[in-house]
Amino acid sequence: MDVKIAFQPSMRTESMPASAGKYAIEARNLTVYYHDRPAVRDINLAIERQRITAIIGPSGCGKSTLLRAFNRMNDLIPCARVEGEVLFEGINIYDPAVDPVLVRRRIGMVFQRPNPFPKSIYENVAWGARINGYRGNMDELVERALRQAALWDEVKDKLHQSALSLSGGQQQRLCIARAIAIKPEIILMDEPASALDPIATLKIEELMIDLAEQYTIIIVTHNMQQAARVSHYTAFLMVDENRVGYLVEYGPTAQIFTNPRDKRTEDYITGRFG
Amino acid sequence: MAHLSSSPTFAKQDFAEELSRRHRTARTMAVIFQASTIVGIIVLLTLMYNIINSSFGLVAWQYRVPPETLAAGAPLEELPREELLRILEERVSANVLRRLDREKPLTARSEQELYALVMERVVQPKIVKTWSLVDSIFRRQEIIQEVARDYPDAYLRFRSWLNARFLTSPQSSRPELAGVRTAILGSLWTVLITIIFAFPLGVGAAIYLEEYASDNWLNRIIQTNINNLAGVPSIIYGMLGLAIFVRAMEPITSGIWFGAAEPATANGRTVLSAGLTLGLLVLPLIIINAQEAIRAVPNSLRQASYGLGATKWQTIWYHVLPNALPGILTGTILSISRAIGETAPLVVVGASTFITIDPSGPFSKFTTLPIQIYQWTSRPQDEFRNLAAAASIVLMILLLSLNASAVLLRQRARRRIRG
Repeated sequence: MDVKIAFQPSMRTESMPASAGKYAIEARNLTVYYHDRPAVRDINLAIERQRITAIIGPSGCGKSTLLRAFNRMNDLIPCARVEGEVLFEGINIYDPAVDPVLVRRRIGMVFQRPNPFPKSIYENVAWGARINGYRGNMDELVERALRQAALWDEVKDKLHQSALSLSGGQQQRLCIARAIAIKPEIILMDEPASALDPIATLKIEELMIDLAEQYTIIIVTHNMQQAARVSHYTAFLMVDENRVGYLVEYGPTAQIFTNPRDKRTEDYITGRFG
Repeated sequence: MAHLSSSPTFAKQDFAEELSRRHRTARTMAVIFQASTIVGIIVLLTLMYNIINSSFGLVAWQYRVPPETLAAGAPLEELPREELLRILEERVSANVLRRLDREKPLTARSEQELYALVMERVVQPKIVKTWSLVDSIFRRQEIIQEVARDYPDAYLRFRSWLNARFLTSPQSSRPELAGVRTAILGSLWTVLITIIFAFPLGVGAAIYLEEYASDNWLNRIIQTNINNLAGVPSIIYGMLGLAIFVRAMEPITSGIWFGAAEPATANGRTVLSAGLTLGLLVLPLIIINAQEAIRAVPNSLRQASYGLGATKWQTIWYHVLPNALPGILTGTILSISRAIGETAPLVVVGASTFITIDPSGPFSKFTTLPIQIYQWTSRPQDEFRNLAAAASIVLMILLLSLNASAVLLRQRARRRIRG
């Protein structure tokens, strides 16, 4: 199996969905350890294409850890270790032959706190494309990404000002524009609105729904209303008595919120704990 | 507040007493901190007073041969070339004249050059006594009387020891001719080599330790050692430099390998050896400061970069280093300031105490400003103290201007980041 070739980044177009496999990405028996202590264990989760999947659960249940396992961001933490598989386009991204840089190139990420680079707005969007070898019209790419992130009208006259001069909500949308500028297949969002006010949050949510037409989105959120509002599928995680996270229930959001199969899910979404 | 004072543990009376005691402590601490600042300022002012007091003041000049006797009353400056040449032939020994003629034929020299030669070789104005600035101002009358009594044919002038001639003249055994050009150039050459050697090496080591090295016992030992090296006395570095650069690496540091020096006369006591020694000295400082700056770059930036599919090196080059640059430069400025003022290791490495030839490259013999100052202060004649004081001012101005330019550089780097 020539893994390297399978992971060559393709500049995908909307009409041509990415190759092989029914699911966008799939975790199989995934366990993530920190210092040989599991943070989440035995996760089996198949993410649907071009849908928004929300991961919810109480604090410390390993939602973010699971999310970061999907694009190998946990590799950056020296003490983290992963067991099990994450299948992306039929290939286990934890296979030793797979380069994590290519994984992250195809599976983008938006973080909890807006973290634009201390450069101009234009540079923020263009940089990722440039280092990934984009040779096309950069102005066009920047405009398209900013339009997709619903930020273009607000920043088109100040593209060369510092990104840090934007408001928190604008910065977060800039981070989304930055992520989609390199045309990933999947966008991971780690509580993208938790540092924002309600209006900025609403804008981000609307944006996510728009983006789901082209991208597969996985979002971690503390906010159950948010999960109910934006997501098509919801995964509910819990912690056991050893503080290890595990998957309780996964299904269409409507079903999870109206007719949960598991008592624990019901208790959580009705606010009995968490 | 209401619930605090009404609760049993925060009785109103106690709270008021406690509060005034807390305010008293705060005031006492403020006074102590202020006092330490004032002590520092006083020390600095004393230093400045000392240096400036010795750098300017009255001096008593005496001619070995009064100029009036040479030209029968006419002013020396206005004499024609032939007259000046005649004076030189009469008064200067044939040997010296031959030597001067070899350097540049006397007949080819201009009027000014000949005049300077007459002043230097024949008239030989000589400072016989100097006074400090404060004395010159407040005891002027006494000084005039003293000169009239002790040196009847001397005349009194106000002299700034720090003058253009001082800056542009090489070292000399006669204080009225001595200058610091050789020392300034020596200092600049040495520091240049120090920067070229220590900056890339130090920043590279800092990047490795912060971004690449894993947290294991070997790297912890390396880190501890670097921290300790920053505290090693500089004379130890001098001995290290002597052993390694001057002796063991002599073919390289003397320039013989590069064909830049005569194998028969060259040795390792060169600008290169000195710069490398000072480089070793400041290397731990640069590493520690650069590490600090790299550590201060928020992790969220690295994550953002990796999240876009950047490699480790792209992350470091495009995000970590530009953001750490102001901090790295600050650390480097401090280190270079230390290198410029360093004396002890250079004495060991073999700075020349008396040298009149400008350093022209890494393989030149050299002296530096602190060495020059040290050497002048250890001379018995008063005049050299004045020279040392003037050289101290030059050294401080050199330091300040290097620091200022580095601060400007840092501000520019910072502005570029903030956008």
